[in-house]
Amino acid sequence: MAGACAEAARLILEVHNVSKSFRGLRAVRDASFGLAEGAINGLIGPNGAGKTTIFNMIAGVYAPDSGRIVFQKREIQGLRPDQVCDAGIGRTFQIVKPFAGLTVLDNVMVGAFLRERTAAGARAHSASILRKLDLDAKATLPASSLTLPDRKRLEVARALATRPRLLLLDEVMAGLRPTETDQMVQVFREINRTEGLTILLIEHVMRAVMALAQHIGVLHHGEVIARGAPHEVVRDRAVLECYLGEETEV
Amino acid sequence: MTRAAVLLVVLVALLALLPWFVGAYALSVATLILYFAYTGQAWNVMMGFAGQLSLGHSLYVGVGAYVAGGIFFHWGIGPWAGLWLAIALCVLLGLVIGFLAFRFGISGVYFALLTIAFAEFTRIGFDHLGWTGGPGGMFLKVAQRDTWDIASFRGPPLMYYYSMLALAAGAFAVCHLLLRSKAGYYWQAIRENEDAAQALGINTFRWKMLAVAISAGMTAIAGVFFAFYYNNLFPEQIFNISRSIEIILGPIIGGLGTLFGPILGAAVLTLLSDGITELLIHFGWEIPGIKQVFYGVVLLAVVMFLPHGIWPALARRLRV
Amino acid sequence: MPAELVANVVIAGVLTGLVYGLMALGLSVIFGVVRVVNFAHGEMMTIAMYATTMLFAAHKVDPFVAVLPVAALFFVFGYALQKGFINPFITRPEHSQFMLLVAVAIIMVNALLMIFGPDARNVQVDYQLESFEIGKILIDKARLYAAGAAVLTAAALFVFFKKTLTGKAIRACADNYLGAKVVGLNVKHLYALTFGLGSICVAVAGCAMVLLVDVTPGLGPYYTLLAFVIVIVGGLGSMGGALLGGVLIGVSEALAGLFIVPSAKSMFSFGLLILVLLLRPQGLLGKKQT
Repeated sequence: MAGACAEAARLILEVHNVSKSFRGLRAVRDASFGLAEGAINGLIGPNGAGKTTIFNMIAGVYAPDSGRIVFQKREIQGLRPDQVCDAGIGRTFQIVKPFAGLTVLDNVMVGAFLRERTAAGARAHSASILRKLDLDAKATLPASSLTLPDRKRLEVARALATRPRLLLLDEVMAGLRPTETDQMVQVFREINRTEGLTILLIEHVMRAVMALAQHIGVLHHGEVIARGAPHEVVRDRAVLECYLGEETEV
Repeated sequence: MTRAAVLLVVLVALLALLPWFVGAYALSVATLILYFAYTGQAWNVMMGFAGQLSLGHSLYVGVGAYVAGGIFFHWGIGPWAGLWLAIALCVLLGLVIGFLAFRFGISGVYFALLTIAFAEFTRIGFDHLGWTGGPGGMFLKVAQRDTWDIASFRGPPLMYYYSMLALAAGAFAVCHLLLRSKAGYYWQAIRENEDAAQALGINTFRWKMLAVAISAGMTAIAGVFFAFYYNNLFPEQIFNISRSIEIILGPIIGGLGTLFGPILGAAVLTLLSDGITELLIHFGWEIPGIKQVFYGVVLLAVVMFLPHGIWPALARRLRV
Repeated sequence: MPAELVANVVIAGVLTGLVYGLMALGLSVIFGVVRVVNFAHGEMMTIAMYATTMLFAAHKVDPFVAVLPVAALFFVFGYALQKGFINPFITRPEHSQFMLLVAVAIIMVNALLMIFGPDARNVQVDYQLESFEIGKILIDKARLYAAGAAVLTAAALFVFFKKTLTGKAIRACADNYLGAKVVGLNVKHLYALTFGLGSICVAVAGCAMVLLVDVTPGLGPYYTLLAFVIVIVGGLGSMGGALLGGVLIGVSEALAGLFIVPSAKSMFSFGLLILVLLLRPQGLLGKKQT
């Protein structure tokens, strides 16, 4: 989450004064932040803080009531989800949505077809992504037969197949056991390192956030109340106050 | 070649040789089976591929038939010209329905009802349309020929049989290619989970419209065939909701979204229906309605015990 | 066109519409709670109509008396249908449920054709020929009684759902299936009960309708479609909406019959359906689906 420290780094995504209300209830209130290119960014906050709403506004699920979202110098607020993906932003879903009737490979191919023109090309690209995510052994299995951690990997693989510059992860660690969480952390570290993929993750699982994120933003009641490096943010008074009573493992 | 391709080639070869082994009646039954296999496949593109349940497909058969038949009846314009007009009109109709449905977020049951409403509306409309003969029907001049006149699509039953075979095989081939292409993957994705599909860059509206357009256009061709094969058209019959249900019975019984499903389903249904009729005549039970009751029972049985249709279970056995 | 004629036609349309409304109410209740598209709804109504003609032909039973055994029978049948056939289908894809009821509908229509033949049947009671006169306005007695029965049944159902515990339990299932199960409601039984209640509506509507029209097997599919049009126009989940939709359709059909070619009257209904689906899919009185 770009704060004072990231002036030098290029910002791949900028959120400017974005607000959103649902039937009179203010979900997001004048939020602003930037994501440094090539960094792993975390967005945390208590339930109802507005994280998913911001996430969905970036992903194109809904348009902000006011404010701008700029991705790679281009304004994307109000675009449809498929247009957002085409622009270079991939996303996963909090409750995984595999194409249950298709095989694992076919699932990823759906994503690959966005950038590949032929089925052969899509297949090759998908296979390489499955290898990266350690799913290639399961390529011909139906997606419905996968365990939850594998489904999450599939979801990530599918999004990666669209060759995004920015990957949005919506509580991807939810429901995973600690060892599985650590494995996912490794996967993301690896992708970020080798491809320079910028990542934004919404998370409750602090173990993952602290291990992965280079910058963190904290939301509370729809407002950004703190941002900076992890070790700064967890000591911030406002953050501690809003989390009082919540279980955190730091 | 894949096992499926081999099976297809064998099937087409057998069907091509069929006329040498059977009589005129069996040939007409076979033509009917191929007709339902074709329309079932066309419908399948909308439902099995894009997941939109249309219960008003008789609309496209009817419009296709009346357009081609109408311009032949009034101005003597041959079926090949009429074909293009029929396809164009039906595609437009399909796009209108699709646009209305998808833009306004109508899906599932409501979409099905919308398609029924359009078909019924058109049925009653044509009942009052003088140009096409109204409820009394439209009768095309029948010229029984022994020679094949492709230009005006008139000839012996054999010609119609081979035409239908070509159509059905063509539809099969087209759908097979589509399924393996980007379109096929995208449609299946939309069918499985539209939100996830959008998140992967798929403009679901445009792709759904494409499925609807292709489905409508293909069905229009069946309508043109219908007009020049049966030579009499009645709004009450051709637009009837029973026709729409007949169209979907094949794919549902055979297997939705599969390639061999519609053909298998059409074969099973037509043969069963004919077999039952023969049986009933044999026993002297020629009560009107008894055949449809058997039909309904078969449908019930398949829906209850073979929910994915007959083909998937069979395919597993044949390991296709 | 004399005003009295139009007024008479409109009134007749309203009264017939109320009977339509009761039929649609049954569908709305079933669709709204169990979420099953009862494609056999019109066919069930037709069966009720035939049952009434049979009772009349055999023992001169007045339809309003016949309604009691017929409704009771339909309740049992509806309950059994839901419990035995449809419940197992709840988790199946939509088109499966749909096809199940299409199959049932096909069997029903053609069984009727087998048993009764294609000729029209009806009942003939004295009051069908009598009317009330209010000034220059004529109101058919039979039509008024039929509408009365419809309104009474609708009111009884309304009270049931609003005031009784079972009624509230059913509404809970409709609102939140999982939640209902969690609090211990026997959802399967309640679903079956709902289908039974919907069937009672159909039975009463059928008994009433047979005083107004002749019955043929082909009425089944027509009434099914009509019921759906009314439910969608009036609004799913709204009982008042079903009656209002019924009245609207009844009146529009009556007026169309008067001013345009009678055979085109159902075009109106379908046109109205298309319009409603596009402009206000939740219907006139329905709740917007979240």
